[in-house]
Amino acid sequence: MTPDYIESDLYKQQSEAVRSRFERIKQRPVLLEVETLDKIFEDREEEIVALDDISFSVHRREFICVIGPSGCGKSTLIRIIAGLETQTSGNILLDSQPIEKPGSDRGMVFQSYTLFPWLTIKKNVMFGLMISKTNRRKAATEAMDWLELVGLSEFADLYPHQLSGGMKQRVAIARALANQPRILLMDEPFGALDAQTRAQMQSYLLQIWRSIDITIVFITHDLEEAIYVADRILVLGANPGYLQEIVEVPVPRPRTPDQFLSPEFLSTKKHLEDLINPEKRLISEKIPIQRITAVGDEVL
Amino acid sequence: MAFVLPLGIWSAFSYLPFLWHPQVLIQQAGGTYFREDDRVNKKDFQQENQRVAVDGGQQAVGRRVNPSYLPAPHEVGKAFYVAFKTPPRRKGDKWLHQSIWDSIEVIFWGFMMSSIIGVPLGILCGSFSFFSRLNEPFIDFVRYMPAPAFGPLAVAILGINDAPKISIVIIGTFFQQVLVIANTTRQFDNSLIETAQTLGADRLKLIRSVIVPGILPELYRDMRILLGWAWTYLIVAEIIGAKSGISLFITQQAKYRNYDNVFAGIIIIGLIGFLTDQILGLIGNQLFVWEEREL
Repeated sequence: MTPDYIESDLYKQQSEAVRSRFERIKQRPVLLEVETLDKIFEDREEEIVALDDISFSVHRREFICVIGPSGCGKSTLIRIIAGLETQTSGNILLDSQPIEKPGSDRGMVFQSYTLFPWLTIKKNVMFGLMISKTNRRKAATEAMDWLELVGLSEFADLYPHQLSGGMKQRVAIARALANQPRILLMDEPFGALDAQTRAQMQSYLLQIWRSIDITIVFITHDLEEAIYVADRILVLGANPGYLQEIVEVPVPRPRTPDQFLSPEFLSTKKHLEDLINPEKRLISEKIPIQRITAVGDEVL
Repeated sequence: MAFVLPLGIWSAFSYLPFLWHPQVLIQQAGGTYFREDDRVNKKDFQQENQRVAVDGGQQAVGRRVNPSYLPAPHEVGKAFYVAFKTPPRRKGDKWLHQSIWDSIEVIFWGFMMSSIIGVPLGILCGSFSFFSRLNEPFIDFVRYMPAPAFGPLAVAILGINDAPKISIVIIGTFFQQVLVIANTTRQFDNSLIETAQTLGADRLKLIRSVIVPGILPELYRDMRILLGWAWTYLIVAEIIGAKSGISLFITQQAKYRNYDNVFAGIIIIGLIGFLTDQILGLIGNQLFVWEEREL
């Protein structure tokens, strides 16, 4: 928890550089438009509202993070955008075209490692290209370029099980990007990594994002991660999943790990904490102590 | 290693006279009603000797042996060699190696024909709920009908030679095969399918480039197990119609009371099955280098 002396309102005060950056982003064309999106899961007896009236738009080359408490439907949202699930009502437009099914214009990186274990690293990256009938030699050279970008070209002929978790996710990013999608969807991509690798991966991702024309929608439950990488942060609330607020991150770019302790970073974090956990309850307050001690044990 | 214990127990019962050995092999009949080379129960032997002793006659002499249906390991070992060297008793009967080859042929064709349809159908059933609903309830129903029950029918339709035998192996294997492979396909990691979809794969490509290569090692393991089952059905198949193959050899030898040869025959089946499985296992390891193995 961020201490109470940090003012959560400070995040609204953007420096001149940050403000003009947001101005410029808003002038770019809208790439992804989500309009009054609803998703209702129908169980046998009850209906569960997962997403309720979500609307937002993403500009080209923008980096958007989605955060929210567990059960707020953030994964459902990104899966609908990817076309892996269908919405109950509402529209999603990519380049003004409605989305109906999964397609190579939307790349996706999952939290679980989803490299095809029977293909070498290089062939994994070539997968999308081979499906779109690029000729083999061209696909191979392109794949090597993408592996170069994520710094793994020397591992091209290894199989996925020979790589570490962080490397696997870098390959997954390269594979998604090789298709040259309009937008990259990332569902807690670094959630399974240890803290150090995760920090490295965040910097890697920012580097890649800066060097190519890609728009990113990134789901995370890690507030610092969201502030570190995102232009804007969509804060969802739970039960049913609704859009609480879209926070413009006031931390100037290029981002460095030093900024984690800057006033604008901390106040943004404080604000996000207030949104997600308004009652500031610690976990221990939610669980009665008797429940976690064995029968007959005295709580001292 | 795993073979040492059973072999040890077998040897102990065979070579240690104080273990079991419930019979006596008569060496000298003396004044008893036994004849030489008879195997009689220990109790009968003692009673008869007592009776003879009371009468003042000469007692029989014998040594304790196991019943003829439990030959000692070395006898079975010898039988192995002898069985291959012994010409068939009647003209037109087959040598042992010919019998074995017959068996292998039946199982090969049965398993092949079953797999040619069973494997693709299993993958389809596992991939599409449409095919699963179309086929699986019926297959599940037929699966419970024991393959041997189809024997007389197969003979009536296909005659008495190899065709009905092959068909029994097919019936025994096919229905299990479809269900097992459909199940393996269903257990395939769904996130890989979703990943492929986001990379632009359509249904056909999903099956060809993701599901099939992805389940291959598991499929291969399934096939090894199914091949084991096919051997069981083979033995059943061989005793319908005109008896043939290794089962014919075993039943014939049992009729002649050559139990050492019977053991040899049974062990040969075990050896063939075991060796094929081991070889297939080794080939599998070479084939699926990409697989993460837990050592």
